[in-house]
Amino acid sequence: MGSTSAHNNEGLGRRNLIKRSAALGLITVPTMGFLSACATGGGTEEKPAAKETGTVSAKNPLGVKNGVALEAFIFKGGLGDQYAKDAEADYKTTYQAEVKHTGTQEVGPKLTPRFAGGTPPDVIDNSGANHLDMNKLSSQGQLQDLGVLLDAASLDDPNKKVRDVIHPSTLEKGKHGDKFDVLYYAFTIYGTWYSQKLLEDKGWAYPKTLDEMVKLCGDIKKEGIAPWTYAGKYPYYVHFNLFAQIAKIGGMPAWVEIDNLEPNAWTKNDAVKEVIEHYEELAAKKYFLEGSEGLTHIQSQTSWTKNKAVFIPNGSWVENEAAPTTPKDFGMSVGALLDGTGDKLPSGTLRGEPSEPYIVSAKGKNPLGGMELLRIMLSKKHAQNFATKVKSLTCVVDATEGMTLSPGLASASAAVKAAGDNLISLQLQEWYPALTDEKIGGLTGQLLTGDLKASEWIKKTQAEADKVAQDSSVTKFKRAG
Amino acid sequence: MQHGKYRFIVGFLALPLIIYGVFVLSPFVQAFQISLTDWSGLVGTANFIGLDNFERLWESDDFWNALRHNVYMLALVPVVTLGLGLFFAFMLNVGGRRKKNEVVTGVTGSKFYKFVFFFPQVISITIVAVIWFNIYNPDPNDGMLNSLLGTVGLDSLQNSWLGEKSIALWCISAVMVWGHVGFYVVLFSAAMASIPRDIYEAALLDGANRFHTFFKITLPLLWDAVQTGWVYMGIIALDAFALVQIMSVNNGGPDGATDVMPLRLYVTAFRDSQFGYASAMGIAMLIVTMTFALLTMRFARRERVEF
Repeated sequence: MGSTSAHNNEGLGRRNLIKRSAALGLITVPTMGFLSACATGGGTEEKPAAKETGTVSAKNPLGVKNGVALEAFIFKGGLGDQYAKDAEADYKTTYQAEVKHTGTQEVGPKLTPRFAGGTPPDVIDNSGANHLDMNKLSSQGQLQDLGVLLDAASLDDPNKKVRDVIHPSTLEKGKHGDKFDVLYYAFTIYGTWYSQKLLEDKGWAYPKTLDEMVKLCGDIKKEGIAPWTYAGKYPYYVHFNLFAQIAKIGGMPAWVEIDNLEPNAWTKNDAVKEVIEHYEELAAKKYFLEGSEGLTHIQSQTSWTKNKAVFIPNGSWVENEAAPTTPKDFGMSVGALLDGTGDKLPSGTLRGEPSEPYIVSAKGKNPLGGMELLRIMLSKKHAQNFATKVKSLTCVVDATEGMTLSPGLASASAAVKAAGDNLISLQLQEWYPALTDEKIGGLTGQLLTGDLKASEWIKKTQAEADKVAQDSSVTKFKRAG
Repeated sequence: MQHGKYRFIVGFLALPLIIYGVFVLSPFVQAFQISLTDWSGLVGTANFIGLDNFERLWESDDFWNALRHNVYMLALVPVVTLGLGLFFAFMLNVGGRRKKNEVVTGVTGSKFYKFVFFFPQVISITIVAVIWFNIYNPDPNDGMLNSLLGTVGLDSLQNSWLGEKSIALWCISAVMVWGHVGFYVVLFSAAMASIPRDIYEAALLDGANRFHTFFKITLPLLWDAVQTGWVYMGIIALDAFALVQIMSVNNGGPDGATDVMPLRLYVTAFRDSQFGYASAMGIAMLIVTMTFALLTMRFARRERVEF
């Protein structure tokens, strides 16, 4: 053919080149990482930085020295970093010291070389998708033991130690072995979220048991409203409730077996059967908003704030996230886990996960200052500031008492209080996201559209968990029962 | 002056060749090397494990599932895209009513249509995916497609689209076709413009209709362009990463129904931190793509029509 064809080929060739180079980019990324990883081998044998110590006093129990600079690296995600800046400002005035602040979403990539080079910042909010591997940092001695901080007097009451003002599950979760070296500053509450106003208007009450839930869903459907919606694009949102409900009925020791990927942990647990059959029933009776299986979290939340559906499984960040579409008098509330049969845990049990992990570098220039900043953040003043700024709870117990809270936060706060010691924490998703989000998530999606039977869900979930347990390429974790 | 000439050429080529070597060839070679290790991508050390990754890949249901979806798309997307591209290009260039002074013309407004067809090509694939994700929104009021169906009274056809296991892959394939048809319309139009008008004229004098002119004249003379287009469309169908990653429910779902090889590679590398295994997938993809390209080139070859 004539010259046109040659021209066409040329044009296409260029497109192809771009395509190829994009594909190669995918291969190049790991390669570059490989190279740079090799390049950062040495440099760990740094001499410990001379620690500057000041005079210990009642006001300064850690002995922070005046005028010594502090460097803070704060994850700037959904919660922003203003709350940390506010605490830093207090540090600045108290110790007449410079505070260097960095807000970032790339904590891991930015700080890996600095840890390797022995010049880490003093205090780090190690959150977000690109966070540092804390197990590794801890085992390499990079994390400051925060026991000193726990034993120091709290800022508000010299007679109370810091240990006494923060939540027990925060103390538990922050440990690597016996060493407490991670302070999870915030607290995320998971549960069934609803509009208090809608319930009151219709004369409904938040149910107490699974059976009551099914019954109420029937009443709701008669009114022409969908009882439930969920983020079908991310079915693990459903697990926020579903997993916790299993743990509530079956008890924590049985759930820990699931977390630890023990054989038959799913199949032998009767609570699994009860809970999954409950969801199967909801699906069979068409109690989920039609089309939920294709909605994103934002779309499902919007359907929910528009009162197209009554309940949604979610975490306490939803109040901030759904704020743009939430009507003023919506009365956002969270309900605790429901009662089943022969429950191992009492009514009111709630899933609350410590979040926003703060670490202090052991090999930084000013570890005492880093801990002092945390002590300032753990004061009532700053915990309340956090609640106001980002509508989220901190690990400081009862910090928000007497404050006027936003509806969702007030409800979450009340639920935590009602739960008392019965706050449960699950690890499965954090440890094995490929298992929970992709595999079990896929099954849950099918369960909720009625395409999968409960018995099949349990069988296949057990099979997937077994597969992970036998896969030597997946790093395993264990927690004590 | 031979000597000086080569020095001159080398002087110009050295830099691009070095860049090509470092950024294109060496990653290729290193991907092979990494695929033989258990490198996690997080630390600097890796162990040589021979062909274990490939063995694992061979036994992986997930990977075969993903490959199967790529093959489905490979079978359908190029045919539909090129078919539509050819049809539209023919209509725009040759298919119009006969006018006074011209033997062959396009349909009325063909210039405008050409522009409209090409438009998706100008938009970034990410934006295309986000737009279509919202069109497929299952909400009967907010979702464009469903509300449209509702308005015209076709409520029975309303669907959760990307959330429905049996059609999710085809919903994504449709977007792929939509996004690429315009490019081939323009490509084939350009190729058609080079076909001498007198051939059409002769055919028309003999009483050929549009159908005949298309199959007896246009298609044979365009075969080179079609064949090249086939290879490129095939490679695109074997990729599909961006659309699936952005649009699909639960990253390749529901329940793995839209999973494709590149997505598998991506999650293996960046979520599961198994760069060695992911590199093995990359190599498997390379083999599949090369095989396809070679087969197409081999079997689609036809005698070239000279004119």
